[in-house]
Amino acid sequence: MFDFVSFIPRAIVQGIPLLFGSTGETLTEKSGNLNLGIPGIMYVGGICGVIGAFLYEHSVPAPGALNPFLAVCIPLLSSLLGSLLMGLLYCFLTVTLRANQNVTGLAMTTFGVGFGNFFGGSLIKLSGADVPSIALSRTSAFFSASLPFSGKLGWFGKIFLSYGFLAYTAVILAFVCAYILRRTRIGLQLRAVGENPNTADAAGINVTKYKYVATCAGSMIAGLGGLYYVMDYACGVWSNNGFGDRGWLAIALVIFTVWRPNIGVFASFLFGGLYILHMFIPSGMNLAVKELYKMLPYVITILVLVIVSMQKKRENDPPASLGLSYFREER
Amino acid sequence: METKTAAIEMRNITKRFGPVLANDKVWLNIYRGEILALLGENGSGKTTLMNMLSGIYFPDEGEIKIDGKEVVIRSPKDAFDNGIGMIHQHFKLVDVLTAAENIVLGLPGKLDLKAASAKIREICDKYGFSVDPTQKIYDMSVSQKQTVEIVKVLYRGADILILDEPTAVLTPQETDKLFAVLRNMRNDGKAIVIITHKMHEVEALSDRVAILRQGQFIGDMLTKDTNAQEMTNMMVGHAVSLNIDRPDPVDPKPRIVVKNLTVRNLDGIVKLDDVSFTANSGEILGIAGISGCGQKELLESIAGLQTVESGSISYIEDDGSAEELVGKDPLSIAELGVSLSFVPEDRLGMGLVGNMNLADNMMLRSFRRGKSIFTDRRSPRALAEAVVQELSVSTPSVDTPVRRLSGGNVQKVLVGREIASAPTVLLTAYAVRGLDIHSSYTIYDLINRQKKAGVAVIFVGEDLDVLLELCDRILVLCGGKVSGIVPGRGAEKREVGMMMTKLGGQCHE
Repeated sequence: MFDFVSFIPRAIVQGIPLLFGSTGETLTEKSGNLNLGIPGIMYVGGICGVIGAFLYEHSVPAPGALNPFLAVCIPLLSSLLGSLLMGLLYCFLTVTLRANQNVTGLAMTTFGVGFGNFFGGSLIKLSGADVPSIALSRTSAFFSASLPFSGKLGWFGKIFLSYGFLAYTAVILAFVCAYILRRTRIGLQLRAVGENPNTADAAGINVTKYKYVATCAGSMIAGLGGLYYVMDYACGVWSNNGFGDRGWLAIALVIFTVWRPNIGVFASFLFGGLYILHMFIPSGMNLAVKELYKMLPYVITILVLVIVSMQKKRENDPPASLGLSYFREER
Repeated sequence: METKTAAIEMRNITKRFGPVLANDKVWLNIYRGEILALLGENGSGKTTLMNMLSGIYFPDEGEIKIDGKEVVIRSPKDAFDNGIGMIHQHFKLVDVLTAAENIVLGLPGKLDLKAASAKIREICDKYGFSVDPTQKIYDMSVSQKQTVEIVKVLYRGADILILDEPTAVLTPQETDKLFAVLRNMRNDGKAIVIITHKMHEVEALSDRVAILRQGQFIGDMLTKDTNAQEMTNMMVGHAVSLNIDRPDPVDPKPRIVVKNLTVRNLDGIVKLDDVSFTANSGEILGIAGISGCGQKELLESIAGLQTVESGSISYIEDDGSAEELVGKDPLSIAELGVSLSFVPEDRLGMGLVGNMNLADNMMLRSFRRGKSIFTDRRSPRALAEAVVQELSVSTPSVDTPVRRLSGGNVQKVLVGREIASAPTVLLTAYAVRGLDIHSSYTIYDLINRQKKAGVAVIFVGEDLDVLLELCDRILVLCGGKVSGIVPGRGAEKREVGMMMTKLGGQCHE
């Protein structure tokens, strides 16, 4: 029998980094910026959190207790700062200097992964560990702490209450973003910027400001996905390239959800489930079959693309000026 | 008139774009309760001048006074705050949003679409428009979109309205409706500026005209004291003839015979339904119709770019032998001498490549010629230089990307190239869209020269007055069907207008 009670929580923890990434990327794309640097930004978000946590843990000698507040805040803030800087760099290149967004994004991904691996490698050397990874289990304990009574509630507690605070943050952020985009004036104006910056500009909306703010906020949200991945999902163990292709999955998820963060909540859990399905389906020792299962999220994204383009509903199209830089006096 | 105080006084306004002087010490007054027509050729700085009022550009020199008080307009928002609203030539609307969402875009405060809708209805009732606040823009016709634009500026409390070529895309009936609304607004005490190229509209609508030439203010006068000839002379700077030449066709012979042509577009919608007609050599066949009634499909079918569902198109050689065009590829049709100079809505969309220079664009027709695997660059270059000279295209050089040229010059390049291939059939659509009167006449002249050379010209146009003056026969399309074919000489504008909107009318021939 398929074990749902253990499958669903694992699908959800797999889905949370993707949810952070896709919420951030949706917000960014709504401003007309196609940020393909998301995988790199999530990676930087992760490593910056690790650096913060590493420095703090090492400032408190091993047996001493960490201050819970600082143990959470230092990695959190350093992660946000790291991804914010990445977002700013992307904006400066594509909005201010009007560089090509695809090229910039891909370069940022390469850069982000290299940055992460460089500092990851340095920290591993500093810590003098004999395995190629850093374990920050003391910090991680605070990130993955769930409500104390969740263990007593049987399957209900396991499915709904067994996660660290960042998981709930991800879900709340997704719903908040969906609400902002659909129901508020800021959301309306952001959508206008992404659809038709000329029009937005003529209506008195500061296009550059909206692009910067949306892209930087989106990067910071995506960066949290990297932080969640190391601190909660991976129990505080950083190993180079451990993050895998989750960043690309997050971008695929944006298309899958047709640019709606609220759908992203459920879609990310679905993707998370598909991502680990191979562990739950007996496939023998054949590794090739496992790899086929890992393809499922992408296959489904392609199917969604096919279905959506057959429907021809304008609301499901990507923002019209996605990937184009805006210059007021262009003719 | 002298007793009125000016709503806007522009004094000594100068604007430069790099070395180009777009506006040179312009003085202009705009009064309330008056419709001012701003006239000038393409590139004379009309739109630039108005963009400085709407906050898109900022003047380099000079001052703007509103109701006698000096103001600084740095952004579109400043313009709204001063009660200035501009309706641009290219609509500034977001397609996937509703009318109401577009109208409140950029305004401060909480998003309350219900209250907005109520206010929109109120504005509509006051001036006699109809707008459905919940309708998406992509579902709207051009004239509905324009209405949304007008409501948008009124919603912001604008009492000075600037309209940049509002009638370029409207049918005669829609134009009449727009003018009625504008007169209502004038009587309500609003100041209205309208930029247009069409003289009869100026005469029908405006109270006063102001004329710009090459960025300089030439003069203004009451409309009732002047006439089209005088205004045109002032615009161009010397006397010009306003009559479109229409030589009698010499020895017309059937060249293209279309029989029972039916075409569906990709969505399966019938765009042409059982269309039959003959285009003769040495004759201009005009195609009239509301935009989107199958004009594009008709030309593309003849040029071989469109899949034809049923019917036939034959090309008749001089010796009388017929050749079927349906099923032939565009290349072999072009070799027969059928030339398509299609000017789509965004001038560069088809025919020219914006980022390529003039010479390379000429090569798009000739790159298959030449003996070796290398392209022949010399002859297209010579052709480009010839076109620039003959049609007086204003461009820094033939190495300039076409994108940088102004609309009229782009069209001259396109038409010039097509004509240079010595066609036997010339298909042209909206050849003068957005062109000023002077450039338009250059194009009419070019087309007439082709006609005299025995070319069968099919001319899709939007300005009925021009069609009636230029064409030998006019085919009227209505919803993809032939509503009738009328002779160009002696046709009634009203009648053709009716045929455009309703099938039938009276069928001549």
